[in-house]
Amino acid sequence: MAKTFQGRAVVPGNASATALVSRKGFNTLASFQKALMFKDKAAKCSDQNNPDIYEKPMHGAALCLPQTIGSTTGGMVLFCAAALGQQPACLLFSKPIDSLAAAGAILADVWTDVSMPVVDTLGDEFLAAVQTGAKVTVKKDGTVIVD
Amino acid sequence: MAMTLTPEQQALLNGEKGETMAKVMKTLVMYGETFGAEKMVPVTGGCGHLVTSFGLSVMKPVYALMDQLIDSGVLSGQKFSADPRPLDPNVPKNLLQDLFFKVMYSKQESYEKQLQTLGLLSEDSFTCACYMDEVGNKPKKGEVLSWAESSAVVYANSVLGARCNRNSGILELFGSIAGFVPYFGFLTDEGRRATWIVEVKTTSKPEAQILGSAIGMKVMEDVPYVKGLSKFIGTELNDDATAYLKDFGAATASNGAVGLYHIDGLTPEAVELGEKLIAKNAKTYIVDDAELERVKQSYPVMWKDVNATPKLCFVGCPHLSLKQLHDWTNALSEALAKEGRKKVAVPTVFTSPVAVQREFEKTPDYQKLCGMGVVLSYICPLMYMNNPLCGKMPVVTNSNKLRTYTSARYHTDAEILAILSKGGN
Repeated sequence: MAKTFQGRAVVPGNASATALVSRKGFNTLASFQKALMFKDKAAKCSDQNNPDIYEKPMHGAALCLPQTIGSTTGGMVLFCAAALGQQPACLLFSKPIDSLAAAGAILADVWTDVSMPVVDTLGDEFLAAVQTGAKVTVKKDGTVIVD
Repeated sequence: MAMTLTPEQQALLNGEKGETMAKVMKTLVMYGETFGAEKMVPVTGGCGHLVTSFGLSVMKPVYALMDQLIDSGVLSGQKFSADPRPLDPNVPKNLLQDLFFKVMYSKQESYEKQLQTLGLLSEDSFTCACYMDEVGNKPKKGEVLSWAESSAVVYANSVLGARCNRNSGILELFGSIAGFVPYFGFLTDEGRRATWIVEVKTTSKPEAQILGSAIGMKVMEDVPYVKGLSKFIGTELNDDATAYLKDFGAATASNGAVGLYHIDGLTPEAVELGEKLIAKNAKTYIVDDAELERVKQSYPVMWKDVNATPKLCFVGCPHLSLKQLHDWTNALSEALAKEGRKKVAVPTVFTSPVAVQREFEKTPDYQKLCGMGVVLSYICPLMYMNNPLCGKMPVVTNSNKLRTYTSARYHTDAEILAILSKGGN
């Protein structure tokens, strides 16, 4: 049965994709560095410290996460991933978005033609409910439907 | 919430100084509004600091953006330092690695030219520890900064009492270009209040890199108020304490997302305000010997052969201070003498800012360090490690940040000394 969650649309947009769920803080640099370096279009996650998503493709996925952690290159890395066509379909945060992820999402929105909707404050219940592989639909107003 | 802009700021947003400057403004405004900022405030720190120092060939979108800024005359209003260079000819590498580095960092020269045009402080100002006295980018308490580099931001906020958000690469440059940044987070008194109390109850001085890692993983992006640490590192911000806090902070920031911590009785705001800094309903985390051991044992070992003999050792991520260079030189000398050795058993690189190295080179310890076979470099070990050739090498380090981002294996300072003096693993 589908569950609906309401968050805040940080970067508004519509998307429909398969969920990839990181239960712990998402380290943007550690996750994307190999994909960027080796032009891996699937953008397989290279963060060895995150078993939830390690080696799983991030490109085109509905990336569900609490927040991002790690190096302040994070936003720039996300911007590069978007500019090079390796970005997730959308970013769905259970908590309020952190400054690095926000920077990456906004840089991608202002400086590229890519559409990567970003919704935050979906709540812990969202992250508890969503499973990797689930179909996720994102609406412009920050509504997220998990099938 | 819409931000209230001054007429000058609104004019920039409206494109009075061109489309590129308008996009810089739009980015800063969207960024601020995401965090509920109601206004912009002037950047009052003397210099900026950029996290992006590497001419990695795949980062083309960044270089294209930099070109767009330069071509539009949208340059930084203040000088800035930048993170360490990714290449140093003195650091050990084989022919294949050397070739790979040249391809991988083929944009280094052109990127450094871009940085110089945009406002680089000097060609020697490449270091993650720009706040060291010798480097010359040390902000004062209360100054508002537009910096990135997680280890530098957490140090500036916590140890120096400056005010800086955990800005991302590119955003930090935009703040230096505009001369103002959105007012939210660590720029506000409220945002600097601690929402965690950490009680250190270890039986001896905790390893800075493991304590920082434990706290980072626990509190994530929150602000911890750490009690029980000053009895081990003192109540004075001397060279030993600041070196400890540099390494501690880098681990909190890379293993979690800490941008500010307070150390009871030691860091400036904790000395000034004490427990008034602690927010109501703050959570508590107790760190004892068992907790530190649990955290250390949780680090995955990424080597193909976990029993391999190390082929390289990096010490200095973040870059070593002058005092740390002296301390490591003397500790290593004693450890080698004890084992009857004259040179390190594993090729070893100590990393430090160029300006610190210049001071160190004036002392007898420099020859002593060279005599033990240690290479002194300004390189960024993280950038060195980030390729498949080096990634497969069994590299050891005392840096939790390097461990987090690469296949390097973490060891405590004492374990590193044993490896370097005895060999083996």
